Amino acid sequence: MTRRHGRFAAWQRLLHWLMAICILAMLFIGVGMVSTIKPIYLTLVSIHKPLGIAILVLALVRLALRLRYGAPSLPANLPEPMKLAAEGSHYALYALMIGMPLIGWGMLSAAAYPLVLFRGWHLPAILPQSDSLHTLLWDAHFYLAFAFFALILLHVAAALFHALVRRDGVFETMASVLTGDEVAPAE
Amino acid sequence: MAAAHRLPVLGPLALIAIVIGLGAAIFAYTAGWFSPQRLTPDKLVAAFAPPTGVALGHRRNHAKGICFTGLFEANGAGSELSQTRVFARGQYPVIGRFNLATADPNAPDATVRVRGLGMQISTPDRQEWRSAMIDPPVFSVSTPQAFYELLRASGSKDPNALKAFAAAHPEFARFGDWAKNAPWTGSYAEERFNSLNSFVFVDGSGAEHVVRWSLLPAAHPVAVSPDELAKRGSDFLEQEIAQRVASEPQRWTMVVTVANPGDPTADPTEAWPVNRRSIEVGTLVAQHVQAERDGPCRDINFDPTVLPSGMRTSDDPFPAARSAAYAKSYDLRTAEAKDYPRTVTGAKP
Repeated sequence: MTRRHGRFAAWQRLLHWLMAICILAMLFIGVGMVSTIKPIYLTLVSIHKPLGIAILVLALVRLALRLRYGAPSLPANLPEPMKLAAEGSHYALYALMIGMPLIGWGMLSAAAYPLVLFRGWHLPAILPQSDSLHTLLWDAHFYLAFAFFALILLHVAAALFHALVRRDGVFETMASVLTGDEVAPAE
Repeated sequence: MAAAHRLPVLGPLALIAIVIGLGAAIFAYTAGWFSPQRLTPDKLVAAFAPPTGVALGHRRNHAKGICFTGLFEANGAGSELSQTRVFARGQYPVIGRFNLATADPNAPDATVRVRGLGMQISTPDRQEWRSAMIDPPVFSVSTPQAFYELLRASGSKDPNALKAFAAAHPEFARFGDWAKNAPWTGSYAEERFNSLNSFVFVDGSGAEHVVRWSLLPAAHPVAVSPDELAKRGSDFLEQEIAQRVASEPQRWTMVVTVANPGDPTADPTEAWPVNRRSIEVGTLVAQHVQAERDGPCRDINFDPTVLPSGMRTSDDPFPAARSAAYAKSYDLRTAEAKDYPRTVTGAKP
């Protein structure tokens, strides 16, 4: 993957913040819906499915942009363990952004639920009906959701650490959606 | 970079800790971890557990049942109420399940008062209408919360718990009266099954109709006393329906009843006045019966909120609660499939 100076491309920043909202909403909707039997349960489920597919599509677009445009280099003086953590956590984030919707889709397929996105809009099943696959994917979807949220908290903590403690310009590479691609070089 | 050194590090670190802690706390709150009183699907499903323990691998309620396959023959009249494909004149395949409202899959048939029918009708455009109906004319309680309390009272060791519940929920008397006085029959084919919950049908012009539906048996109901039924053996209902359908397909007429403005659409303990408009929309035909263990209904969750376009849920709070609870029951029993093993090699996994 190429490394370059300056910021993430404007499209990458836009997608990052849009997806941040979608994914946080998704995780909150997920834990909220499985803990209630009130009518809002159906509303939450009906948002959860199309939003998950939207995240899958956005994540694939984002992966393509990342492969095309790469990411700005991390500061040369960033300690090696932090560099490793940064790179490892980003692989994990991409894996979850793409994997979670697919696992959810597969889980519903294995339970033979119809996959209604909107009125009359259906997704095909991607797996045959299967007790064992359903159980495996259900467990994965459930536990990975918490892992995903924990990883996002870690990601936010690291971003704030770069912004407030290290002040090394890493936060600014993704920070603003509106300004241009280049940051003023550090003095 | 010079400015960084002037800032004490402790302040920013504390700020980061607060942001992360708050994020985690709001997440935990949303998940209900700070709300032990919240009625979750887990709690509702757990309340069905009989004192002898749950039957692993089986539905947590309506645990005893037998599969059937057949057809829904739509006569076209339902299109007046809903633009759904299911009501366009034609024949649509059905997978269904006759069942008993008990958490015990081995309960003797004569001991279970409430009988049910679950069905899934599929249309060529891959839409599905799933419904789970029961034979009482009204439901026992008005809200899912009250239903949970009823389950708790029924499972309570306190002999007066059920009496106290009935006193606090006068609407329970209508169901109680049916349970005590309505005649029993010797066959699923002689039962009338009712949606009890209301739903909204949307017609071709976009107009909405709040409805309930029932399956009226073609077979003539013959009253049989519970004592007489008890002599017929533990599984007489399953044996009877298997023989009956094998000799001749069994039929029910589906009747959709439309609420008038002001009718109690959110409360399934309240029947609507008998003069409400009702339309015969088609016939359910049971053609083949198969044991549940290897049967096609086994792994279907008859979630009443799986509706084709042209139908949606109403202000009745039960379908949402049932959907949440059925999903939980499904997740549990599919994970326990080894405790209810299939016998036919090559049966659907």
